Amino acid sequence: MADSSPKRAARRAGALRWDGVVGVLLLVLLLLSFGFVDGFGNALNLSFLIGNTLPIALIALPMTLLVVAGEIDLSVASTAGLSGAVMGALWNAGMAIETIIPICLLLGVVCGLVNGLLVTRLGLPSLAVTIGTLAAYRGIAQIVLGSNAVTDFPAPYLDFAAGRIGSTFVPYAFLPFLVLLAVAVVVLHATPFGRSLFAVGANEEAARFAGIRVRRHKLWLFTATGLMSALTGVFWALHYASARYDNATGLELSVVAAVLLGGIDFDGGRGTLGGAVAGVFLLGGLQNAMSLLNVSAQSQTVVTGVLLVISVLGPRVARQIAARPVALPVPPAPQTSPGPSERDR
Amino acid sequence: MTRSEPDAVPVLALEGVSKSFGAVRALRDVSLRLYAGEAHALAGENGAGKSTLIKTLAGVHRPDTGTVLLDGRPVVLHGPADARDAGVAVIYQEPTLFPDLSVAENVFMGRQPRRSLGRVDHRAARTAAAALFARLGVDLDPQQPARGLSIADQQLVEIAKALSSDARVLIMDEPTAALTGSEVARLFGVVRTLREQGAAVLFISHRLEEIFRLCQRVTTLRDGALVASDLLGDPQGRRAPESGGSGASGGSGSTGGSGGSGGSDRPAGSGGAAGPADAADGAGAPGGRGLTEDDLVRRMVGRDLDELYPKQDTPIGEVALDVRQLTREGVFTDVSFTVRHGEIVGLAGLVGAGRSEVARAVFGVDRWDAGSVHVDGRPLTNGAPSIAMAAGLALVPEDRRAQGLVMGMSIERNVNLTALTGLGGTVRGGLMDRRAERSRALDWAVRLQVKYAALADAVGTLSGGNQQKVVLAKWLATTPKVLIVDEPTRGIDVGTKAEVHRLLSRLAADGVAVLMISSDLPEVLGMADRVLVMHEGRLTAEIPRAGATEESVMAAATGRGTTGRAA
Repeated sequence: MADSSPKRAARRAGALRWDGVVGVLLLVLLLLSFGFVDGFGNALNLSFLIGNTLPIALIALPMTLLVVAGEIDLSVASTAGLSGAVMGALWNAGMAIETIIPICLLLGVVCGLVNGLLVTRLGLPSLAVTIGTLAAYRGIAQIVLGSNAVTDFPAPYLDFAAGRIGSTFVPYAFLPFLVLLAVAVVVLHATPFGRSLFAVGANEEAARFAGIRVRRHKLWLFTATGLMSALTGVFWALHYASARYDNATGLELSVVAAVLLGGIDFDGGRGTLGGAVAGVFLLGGLQNAMSLLNVSAQSQTVVTGVLLVISVLGPRVARQIAARPVALPVPPAPQTSPGPSERDR
Repeated sequence: MTRSEPDAVPVLALEGVSKSFGAVRALRDVSLRLYAGEAHALAGENGAGKSTLIKTLAGVHRPDTGTVLLDGRPVVLHGPADARDAGVAVIYQEPTLFPDLSVAENVFMGRQPRRSLGRVDHRAARTAAAALFARLGVDLDPQQPARGLSIADQQLVEIAKALSSDARVLIMDEPTAALTGSEVARLFGVVRTLREQGAAVLFISHRLEEIFRLCQRVTTLRDGALVASDLLGDPQGRRAPESGGSGASGGSGSTGGSGGSGGSDRPAGSGGAAGPADAADGAGAPGGRGLTEDDLVRRMVGRDLDELYPKQDTPIGEVALDVRQLTREGVFTDVSFTVRHGEIVGLAGLVGAGRSEVARAVFGVDRWDAGSVHVDGRPLTNGAPSIAMAAGLALVPEDRRAQGLVMGMSIERNVNLTALTGLGGTVRGGLMDRRAERSRALDWAVRLQVKYAALADAVGTLSGGNQQKVVLAKWLATTPKVLIVDEPTRGIDVGTKAEVHRLLSRLAADGVAVLMISSDLPEVLGMADRVLVMHEGRLTAEIPRAGATEESVMAAATGRGTTGRAA
């Protein structure tokens, strides 16, 4: 017994891991698209693909941590929209962009804090809270900017957000994303904080009994999510050279979809950032390839929807296959009363 | 009182039933016969198979082999609904009523009397409910909402519900665990009424005294197998004038009886001491003999109890845990006690007395409203488990699955959950040190002899006993100065139980202060240097080892006063 080498562990527990499956699917998609989709492989298209997927990818980083911890934030797109709207309004008011961006990021922190405090202090479910703030933040964005579009941001910023490095396929903005990705990977997979998130998501009660400061951890996550959403809002306005109150509308669904597709368990406690990022680019790549193939928007939506159902089903099936060699013992029947009225927590 | 004849047809019976869950054989060739008009006790230790047996009778589980017989005819119960239709009703320890519906609506849930057009006839329901309560001899208002009823009242509603569907077999799974003494008396009165009306009752309780008070027959299970089914005698074995075997039962002090509570339902003729346990081993010992409490304990445990609890005598040191006037509104009040280094202090009481709640507050998982907690003289912060852990406090919680472990997580990570604050040496430079994690987990898994295939396996794949060892490993790895264990041996097999006892004893010998919460009285009596007893949120007694008997502890636990303080 006691052979606990990582290899052995991988063989046992993860013979078929969903994040691996998604990675392979992404690879297959890229190979097929390079081979069979005209115009997919050229650098310009690839830079578009990456640039258009970056907003989803940026928010997916903190969203992954949040979902692992058993929570969710649906207000991210509205926070991004609010951040863009404030950016436009302040720019119109003549403020320097160097001042505006930190203000927008700070605003994101506040938005995240509000979500976090409502969830952790009042004990409200994050799904309900953030559906509420989804509407509220978007409403504030409209109040701030009305139906105006602000487009005349300074050229160096626009170039950075929309341009690519020379004639390569790499957008400038991809580099800071890689840095953020590395940070997120380390935080989730190598720090005590990240480790405790898995425990919180899988069994919050047990996490509390192990001395993990559950509420504080969650507050941090919501705050970080607000910050990243605001950053995404700034990027969005610059990338598309347009600050409007309705920027990034509906983006939250793409983010959640990509994260779930990447194998992050909606019930919390399971998943890897690698899987989530693969999920993001799988969705982005698929949409790009379908557009190039002139697949109608309606059909694209259908394909995305089917993928989502698969994303919820897939990890489950993968786990079952992986678990098959090791028989799952059924726990002995509990000693006393079953039934819904289990003792209060 | 209709006494069943040995050759009468049982209302409900199991014949040769076996049931396995994976590799766990929960029931092995068990037979049980419930007769009309008889209260039948089901006894056995935790994990003996009682719950599985009940669920088999209730249609939740289907036996792998063997048959369920209804009125002597084999039936297959496809689910709880089948069992209900067959007249089998189960009353659980914690009733499952709809809190916002009225008592009458709860009684007739799903079977409401109708008027034309399918409208519910509320008046008929109220009248019928009132009639049922009258039949039970209890005073409950059918119109009041179920919310706010005491657990005892809720159980009565459940019983009325069972009666309203013409239940002939009433299975009661530890119904008294959360009841006060007078509520138990009322419940027993109701059960007697039902019995006289011809119902068969299967009664489960860990309190032997109650079994002897209420029941005429007892079936004992051990490790999933039937030990015996006997008529009950006098608990003390004293009353039998012609008995030759009474001497055999007077010896064991640690399991000494609890009698004297009166209300025995046994007809005078059946009072009598059993001989040695093996003499009455055949099922359904003929009338005229009866089991004593000691016999019953021996059947449940299968060996002499004194071997199980090896608390060594160790020098008692300074005060390690000092709890002063701790109060949490509506949960427990003014609880003060100390635990010294090298000492094992037992905390006894009924379920719901507030023992676990005190432990939770001391550890910081819940906040307290008044009072203080000191560990080695240092005050703890209210509601901060991480600070309690840093001060050297560890809590092995009551509910292994919900509080102790993350079931889907690996053994290694579960053990290391307590090291995430950086106390366990598994964090270096702010990052997890995987090698240190592995060696810490391996070290403790080996020390506690956890049986596992790989440390990366999900802890949920282990057996209950081994899961409990992982919880212990997780906490012992923090090298606590004060260890609180809440029901440390619940639902684990006897062998592991003995290991846990040895472990706690060794920890105490090493100077750890141990507070042991347990509903297993022999365990408390065997292990503890002192026994604290809680009743309804208050500490009602502190009994030194020498004076602690099952009787004195139960007296304090049920609020009937005790050697120390009068209630």
